[in-house]
Amino acid sequence: MKHIKTINTPGIKNTKVSGCGECQSSCQSACKTSCTVANQTCKQENK
Amino acid sequence: MIHTFKFLDSYILTDVESGSIHLIDAAAYEVINSPMPYALGYDKALVDEILSELSHLKALGQYDSESEHIELDYDVDKQPIKSLCLHVAHDCNLRCRYCFAGTGEFEGERMLMGEQTAKQAIDFLIANSRNRRHLELDFFGGEPLMNFDVVKKTVEYGRERAKQAGKEINFTLTTNGINLNDEIIDYINENIFNIVISIDGRREVHDFMRSTVNGKPSYDLILDKAKKLISKRKGEYYIRGTFTANNLDFASDVLALYNAGFKNISIEPVVLDENEPYALTKEHLPKIFEEYERLSEMIIADKLAGGDLNFFHFSVDFSHGPCLKRRIKGCGAGFEYVAVAPNGDIYPCHQFVGNSEFIMGNVAEPYNFDREMQKSFMKCNILTKQKCIDCFAKYYCSGGCAANANKYNGSIYIPHEMTCELLKKRIECAMGIYAKTRAEE
Repeated sequence: MKHIKTINTPGIKNTKVSGCGECQSSCQSACKTSCTVANQTCKQENK
Repeated sequence: MIHTFKFLDSYILTDVESGSIHLIDAAAYEVINSPMPYALGYDKALVDEILSELSHLKALGQYDSESEHIELDYDVDKQPIKSLCLHVAHDCNLRCRYCFAGTGEFEGERMLMGEQTAKQAIDFLIANSRNRRHLELDFFGGEPLMNFDVVKKTVEYGRERAKQAGKEINFTLTTNGINLNDEIIDYINENIFNIVISIDGRREVHDFMRSTVNGKPSYDLILDKAKKLISKRKGEYYIRGTFTANNLDFASDVLALYNAGFKNISIEPVVLDENEPYALTKEHLPKIFEEYERLSEMIIADKLAGGDLNFFHFSVDFSHGPCLKRRIKGCGAGFEYVAVAPNGDIYPCHQFVGNSEFIMGNVAEPYNFDREMQKSFMKCNILTKQKCIDCFAKYYCSGGCAANANKYNGSIYIPHEMTCELLKKRIECAMGIYAKTRAEE
């Protein structure tokens, strides 16, 4: 394609395991005041 | 839904539902955003070419894709609590000008948590964690190292109870660093999974805001100890600072921390009422946005030069990351994450502590936990918050901070607009850094 360069194919829909809840709570990692959930890692992918 | 934006000298297109990210040229940016693309003045063939490329992406599910139908279960009897913020000390040995906890006491009395209350909190966590195996406990305050003995006893007891229950507790600790010494540094490095040390960046910025009880500067009391701790550390850490209206050039604070030898850095916008001194207001947004872009340029240059500066809010894994359900449910405050005050009172998170309307129970009476309030927090997500439904950043911020929403708008369901604006800009920068560095690679 001439005008569009794809950097990332579907990342959100590609998550295989959904809702196990084993990942870290976002406010436990660093912020404590401003929420960003997407920078948490999936525990299932770490296995 | 799609979102396009200009980032530094590039144009970026993201498909919100799939998370696909594309670098696009200026013509494509204009065509996508025009209701009449053939009237823009470009050759018809060029517009056709761009529209054809977009059709191709749509067929691949990477442009204007449909949302996935997700059903959430709001049955509180099945909902595990997996994370505790344990306020072991409502007292502090600093007097920071911007502290949301008053001067450490959260508008209550100065108090240290007793060993019995800490153990009851562990029991509460284990009993309510249901089938979750990975649990978390953050020692918070005030200043948790003012109650180091209870920290150690809680870790010991938590390990023992977790082992009995076939679970694992990761302990984290947030400290201002004043009380660090060789013994505590070694203990933290051996026992604490993630340590967060508060330093605001440049010496003058830090010292203006963070003075001792006697009004003395604290930067020199902390820096060498923090460096020593990190130099001996194998586990995770963050140096966490706060920016206010006084240091809108906060990228320089990130750089100062990086130059001091720290790699994992988080500089956060201050949480203060808008009429307070040093508060951030809407008038500051253009300058803050510029500063996030300046920081982005610094990070891109560092990455391309082989550096490893990691800024917390720009550190998003766009190719994987958490699953869709997690992104919808948000931070977990009030339903899977709660805070416990020194007197044992349970709150939805650390930022609600001291607000009596939000007491959910007490760890001494775990059977009286307020399940209705837990349910109201479960229902507060990006599927139910009107402002989130059409927002491009919804799968990254996941609905934002309930405490901020309540503080500024009087409802956990109405996100704070200023916080949203900051978050959207940070997500654009994170996406832009990712796209530009990937493209270079």
